[in-house]
This record gives sequence, structure tokens and C-alpha cells, in this order.
Amino acid sequence: MSVPALQLEAVEKSYPFFKLAGVSLKLAAGQIMGFIGPNGAGKSTTIRILMGMAQQDRGVVRVLGRSMPHEQALAKWDLGFMSEEMRLYGYATLGWHLDFVASIYPAWDARYAATLLKRFDLRPEQKMKHMSHGQHMKSLLLLALARRPRLLVLDEPMTGLDPVARHEVLSELMSAVTDESRSILFSSHHTQDVEQICDQITFIDRGRIIESSDKESFLDRWRRLQLELPSGLELPVLPGVVAVKSAGRRLAAVTTNAFTPALASAYQEVGACVREIQRMSLEEIFVAEVMSSRKEVSA
Amino acid sequence: MHSSSEFLISQADGRPMYLQLMDQIRRRIAAGDWPPGYELPSIRVLAADVEVSVITVKRAYLELEREGVIVTRQGKGSFVANSVDLGSELRRRELDEHLTAAVQLALALGLSSKELELRLREIRDELAQKERS
Repeated sequence: MSVPALQLEAVEKSYPFFKLAGVSLKLAAGQIMGFIGPNGAGKSTTIRILMGMAQQDRGVVRVLGRSMPHEQALAKWDLGFMSEEMRLYGYATLGWHLDFVASIYPAWDARYAATLLKRFDLRPEQKMKHMSHGQHMKSLLLLALARRPRLLVLDEPMTGLDPVARHEVLSELMSAVTDESRSILFSSHHTQDVEQICDQITFIDRGRIIESSDKESFLDRWRRLQLELPSGLELPVLPGVVAVKSAGRRLAAVTTNAFTPALASAYQEVGACVREIQRMSLEEIFVAEVMSSRKEVSA
Repeated sequence: MHSSSEFLISQADGRPMYLQLMDQIRRRIAAGDWPPGYELPSIRVLAADVEVSVITVKRAYLELEREGVIVTRQGKGSFVANSVDLGSELRRRELDEHLTAAVQLALALGLSSKELELRLREIRDELAQKERS
């Protein structure tokens, strides 16, 4: 087996009002991981630790086989990073930035950079301060991609991009992993983008990982069952049911994270009629998962 | 446009993406575009082309392999299976899948076999009428 692109084991980090509590994560080489969480969940803290920009209080962090933060200088040759909070020099042009990054990284691919300029519809002679937010984001992505890093870490790379730009970016991310040794970790609020291109999905909330698994089996486990009940019927508590929502006296929607046909039969046996079995989008699953994990913590 | 993809995966389609992809590959084979023995694009190339995750394409290939539609030779790639008259068999299999789903739904809705048969006949008549007009 090749070295994992990144690996965190029981990582802890405390701030005055926030704590990363025992985060463990692993991303195999050649895969894309979507990192999803509400605001303030710990996504950026986790990414800062991965990038060596913050040091964990406890736990092991390895990026491309290098121990972080101590070996970060070595890891960073092959590590591309981009965050929506990054700013480039306003008075310098995009072309100046391209030359600057090219002068530092020997793996810089000038032809690829030229292709990306066209694809992202950017002009090298333009000064950064005259660029829109979306153009700024695309410039940052271009600077990270053209280095052809083995691991790309992207913190909210889609924020503020129009649909066409998002499509171009997604397509570039997909072509970056045509090579099996390259991997991507990206955090996003855009669950649709994550659902489309990610192999692995990780949910974080309040400093804890609440789920991390491969996308296909993950989406397969979740279903919503629409039930019609004879009046007066109390629904039994069945295993794998995360939420039950009643609408009026005779209708109920049951959300499960461990769907099997046996669950539908079990409801039929107690007298409920299963009207529909629906698949759920990643966004719906995410909300259900966060709500149910918060309930467990406070219970 | 730099995307050469002739496959179209939509998030507005209610079905999971791997099923949409399987469906379109099956249609390609049924139409004879991809003849027996034809080498399918590698998983990563197709993923980049369709802009869906590698794991989704991998799953579509695995399920097609299980159905006997394609064969995968370790280290060589995936190929359209060399079975005779794949087209009509694929269409029959597709029909069976749709019918299975319809029967499951009917059971969940509490329909009897009689009612199901009746409904099927009605739909067939409606279609025939539409065609005539």
C-alpha cells in the first residue's frame, strides 16, 4: 500500500471557546475527500493543523508521510493549499504572482498554467486589486494547481464562484486526480459539489468527526420513509431510525441511516402503510446527521 | 468546451449517479456503439470526463461486471462482454429491473396482483391511444 495522503490520529487542540476533540481522519492516495461542517465546526482549524500553520496540543498528524508540523518544510514541496481567506498582492499583477510561484517551485508547469489562464478566463496583466472576488479565487486555485502538488488542500474553494466557474473548477479538480498518486481534501458548504466529485465524505460538528466514510455506501444507507398510519397507532422505536417527524395525526416521515428492506416490512407489520421510500441528498443527510448527533450529545 | 463526455449525469435525476452512469453505458452497448470486446475508458479517465467521483464510476463498473455486461481483466482494463445478442438481452434485463421496481412499489402501496395487472393494461392502452392520435 502506498503512503496515505494524510492521516490524523486523536488530534486535539484547545482554544478559549473551541476544542478539537480527538479528530482521526485518513485519506488514501488518489482520492478526493469532501470535508463538510457548519460554521465554526472545526474545518479550518483542522486544515490549519494539516498545513503546519497551527500545532496540535496532542495527537499525530502525517501529511504525505511527513510528520507535522516538524517536517512541514519537506511536506510543502508537494502540498498545494488554497483558502478563501488568502490574499494576493493588490498592486501586483497575476502574471507577477505566476512568475513568483514558478521561481520557488521547480515542479511548476508553465504550459498547464497557460491552459488554466484560458480556461478560468483570467488575464495575467491584470492587477489583483482590480479583480472580482471570483477572479481572485480562480487565481489562487490556478497558483495551487499549476504546481502539480501531490496533495491539494482547499478551504472553501467554491465560495463566490458563478456556476460556469464552478463547473470549470470541478472539472480541473477531477482531471488533477486522473493521476492515481494525487489527492485532494476540500472543505465546502456546497454539498452538491461534494456529492458530485468526492470519494470520501467527512462530517465535522462542534470539533468532533461525526461521520467519515466512502460516499457510495454512505448515500446508500440513508433513506426517508413516508408512512401513513391508522389513527391511534404509536410508531415503535426501531434500530437505525434517526428521526421521526409527524405531519398531522396520520402521516409520518421516518429518517434512517441504516436502511434495509426489513425496516419497511417492520413498519408494515405494525400496521403502517409505507407510501414511499426516498433517497436523500447529501445536504439532507448532513442536516439530519448534525441534528441527531447534537441530540445525542445533549441527552 | 474541453469536455468530450457523451455521458450526462444530472443531480436533478432522482436516481443515484452510479445508476445513471450504468444506464447510459448499457444503452451505448445495446445500440452497438460499444461492440463486444470494446475496451471501456479507465475508471479515472471516465470519472474526469463525466466529472463524477472515481468511486462512483468504480461502483458502476463493478455492478455492470456483476450483471455480466462487462468483464474486467486485472491490469488490462474493462471490456464489453463477448456474449451473443447482448443488445436484446440488455433490454430485457432493463425491463425486468423496471418491472421489479414497479412490483415492489405496488406491494408497498398495498395493491393486489389483480389491481396491478389492471393498471398495467390501462397504461398500455393509454400509450396505444396516444400513438394513434
